[in-house]
Amino acid sequence: MIKHLLSAADLDAPTATLIHDIAAEMATVAGREVKKLPTLRGRTVVNLFYEDSTRTRTSFEVAAKRLSADVVNFSAKGSSVEKGESLKDTAWTLQAMGADAVVIRHPASGAPNRLVNWVHGSVLNAGDGTHEHPTQALLDTYTMRSRLGTVAGLNVAIVGDVLHSRVARSNALLLHTLGAKVTLVGPPTLVPPVFETLTPDVRVGYDIDAVLPEADVVMMLRVQKERMNAAFFPSWHEYSRRYGLDAARVRRLPDHAIVMHPGPMNRGVEIAPDVADSPRSTIVEQVANGVSVRMACLYLLLGGRS
Amino acid sequence: MSYLIRNVSVLGGDPTDLVVRDGLIGGTPTGDEEVIDGTGLIALPGLVDLHTHLREPGREDAETVLTGSRAAALGGFTAVCAMANTTPVADTAGVVEQVWRLGREAGLVDVQPIGAVTVGLAGEQLAELGAMAESAARVRVFSDDGMCVHDPRLMRRALEYVKAFDGVIAQHAEEPRLTQGAQMHEGEVSARLGLTGWPSVAEEAIIARDVLLAEHTGARLHVCHVSTAGSVDIIRQAKARGVRVTAEVTPHHLLLTDEKAGGYDPVYKVNPPLRTQSDVDALRQGLTDGVIDIVATDHAPHAGHDKDCEWAYARPGMLGLETALGIVFSVLGPDWELIADRMSRTPARIAGLAEHGHTPADGAPATFTLFDPQARITVDPGALASLSSNTPYAGMELPGRVVATFLRGVRTAFDGKASQ
Amino acid sequence: MAYKVILAETDIHRVLDRIAHQILEKTQGAGDVVLLGIATRGVPLAQRLAERILAFEQQPTPVGTLDITLYRDDLNRHSTRAVGHTELPTGGIDGRRVILVDDVLFSGRTVRAALDALSDLGRPAAVQLAVLVDRGHRQLPIRADYVGKNIPTALAEQVRVLLKETDGTDEVRLTEGTPA
Repeated sequence: MIKHLLSAADLDAPTATLIHDIAAEMATVAGREVKKLPTLRGRTVVNLFYEDSTRTRTSFEVAAKRLSADVVNFSAKGSSVEKGESLKDTAWTLQAMGADAVVIRHPASGAPNRLVNWVHGSVLNAGDGTHEHPTQALLDTYTMRSRLGTVAGLNVAIVGDVLHSRVARSNALLLHTLGAKVTLVGPPTLVPPVFETLTPDVRVGYDIDAVLPEADVVMMLRVQKERMNAAFFPSWHEYSRRYGLDAARVRRLPDHAIVMHPGPMNRGVEIAPDVADSPRSTIVEQVANGVSVRMACLYLLLGGRS
Repeated sequence: MSYLIRNVSVLGGDPTDLVVRDGLIGGTPTGDEEVIDGTGLIALPGLVDLHTHLREPGREDAETVLTGSRAAALGGFTAVCAMANTTPVADTAGVVEQVWRLGREAGLVDVQPIGAVTVGLAGEQLAELGAMAESAARVRVFSDDGMCVHDPRLMRRALEYVKAFDGVIAQHAEEPRLTQGAQMHEGEVSARLGLTGWPSVAEEAIIARDVLLAEHTGARLHVCHVSTAGSVDIIRQAKARGVRVTAEVTPHHLLLTDEKAGGYDPVYKVNPPLRTQSDVDALRQGLTDGVIDIVATDHAPHAGHDKDCEWAYARPGMLGLETALGIVFSVLGPDWELIADRMSRTPARIAGLAEHGHTPADGAPATFTLFDPQARITVDPGALASLSSNTPYAGMELPGRVVATFLRGVRTAFDGKASQ
Repeated sequence: MAYKVILAETDIHRVLDRIAHQILEKTQGAGDVVLLGIATRGVPLAQRLAERILAFEQQPTPVGTLDITLYRDDLNRHSTRAVGHTELPTGGIDGRRVILVDDVLFSGRTVRAALDALSDLGRPAAVQLAVLVDRGHRQLPIRADYVGKNIPTALAEQVRVLLKETDGTDEVRLTEGTPA
């Protein structure tokens, strides 16, 4: 069994499928009167968040609490971190507190890889810089599986700022592992051709309309305003017109196709409001599935002999 | 103290005896010399490093002139050129004289200060280049290393200005707008790791511009730490046209690739970044055929906390002095003439160090290095003489070992120990 | 490894017949009974008991599956275990008489975990326990209401229950185990 979850590349197909299967069991807990399992009683999970992300932190917190773990939220704001304490010193502090797992969100790519050198417990990457967000990929593939029955063989279009997206990287890697075909779509500034080397069969395309008729899944990425200032694209308006998913584009999709977004959305930029709220959209499910998948990950990392 | 080195091979020649007395090589043994068995050893002219960061003044927690001199002597060096990016910056006669004096006090290698091109390395106003040239340090090489002199007008003026005292501008070629936030070589690995790319073109664009400026002004240009195949091509073409350009490559760019960044260990973070295997191959070829004139270490010590952190927050740079010769030997093989040329004679000539770069033979200054090509060493970061331990070669086995270093007849390093 | 057959196929059938009769007798016709098989081998046993109760008195009995992995108290003594499926019959367990069904009763810890799981899943009127084999060595104050066969064992010995549904054959074996 794996000790850390740093990258979607750490997961082989059997492990990812096991997480999906366990997540399905964990999902039943949400429907019960007592939404709690005693599984991780006595274990301590630290949420070490160097970026504001209430959604992701809350999701991990709920997941850990449903498994009866003790949860410590260590946020960079207002703590010693803000006073310039290094990640290494913070890690030693957490170690001294007896953290069995550290869930880390950090603006620097690779920070979780560094952290494993400084703590004894498991490290779970909850998003590092522009690198990866493996639990997001697990919940996205879980959502695809529950909506479409399978992941293998799906055509998945990931659209937007791939260059800066940890969601895109993790999804491209995991989807390849699970046998789906991925097309990365966006302006060449944000989807450079080098991304065709990410996995053996990932493709890069610049024309969203050419990709949609074949897509079983369209995953829209959040685009950030600061990219416009760095000349990656000319204007919101042009970005939205060329790469935004509106009702007209949705009509090009096969009937069964689903629309995903990791959130938070820029409504009216990368995704039109009526598309986000349509029955094809899995955006709300993704949030619910996030808790189940993170429960499964915590169980997998912490549920055995330490 | 005089020495008799028996059976040593000078640059791969037949075994001979060398007598070291009064700072020179030559004469007949009198019997009061300390005898060193040179069997199997190669005598090389003392190595000269055109690109060393000694960190003093300012960051004495990372390196001092004394500790850096020890590392240099142990690495077979007899002269090092100390880069200007200290605190305060070596942009005045006062600071370069301080560094020069500290080097003399340490007495292990000749520490030749490099002066900054612009005040505070800010790239805005020329530093007092003439004053530094006329100072006790006699500065001939000027560089804003760490920063690129990116303003083309300023670069042109600097190239022209130093012609008056046969100076040379050593450029850190990095187009700053193309490398904003850059963390590693832009390519497949940076795409996978989500680290902002440092594209090859950011180096090549500046080198292309600077060789044109050097051609236009007829001035001397030296290109620091060339790292890309494209840069080698540009320099090759410029040399073919007769441009007065010289270039250096570091040991790490001859050996390591961007794949090393895979674990996000900042010990592999360096500027310019580690590139791809095809770049490494082109650099090796360029060094062999002379397009790249010299090897320079870019020895860049950093305190532990500046490396024991997230990749993006770590300072770029790696140690190089104590491992350079072994790596160059592993790359070039036992071609001692070539090694002497790339690591001693040519850097001495570029830096204007007349006492260095002489083949150890009768009548020459006793400034040389004894190297055992049969030995192998395993790099132990904790055992290095440098105050810092940011070597990218930890645990790596390197061929060859520096047995002794002599500076003007004084034995500065012997059997793994510096003389002070 | 050498083993001794404790119950052969016909013995198992006979024992299950008896337990089914005992359930009918003790529960006055099994009208409010829900059978919950503890994964893995308790599940086919619960199924077989339900079939017998239906055959003997035409009484249909809801059957469910209980996986207690997430309630175990020894998780951190082993590498991570896969999680099985828990499925309650439609109608749930509230107010019902739940009979937990397992293959072997040993330390009692599995039953303890099952009781914990049950209390998170609903509020049965009563809980009983049926096992094919009771091999002794209890570590908790737990006893079975229905026992197929009591088998005195040494601690180091192993009792292996094989069932057609899961193992292709019906047999209970006693193996000389290596001392743990």
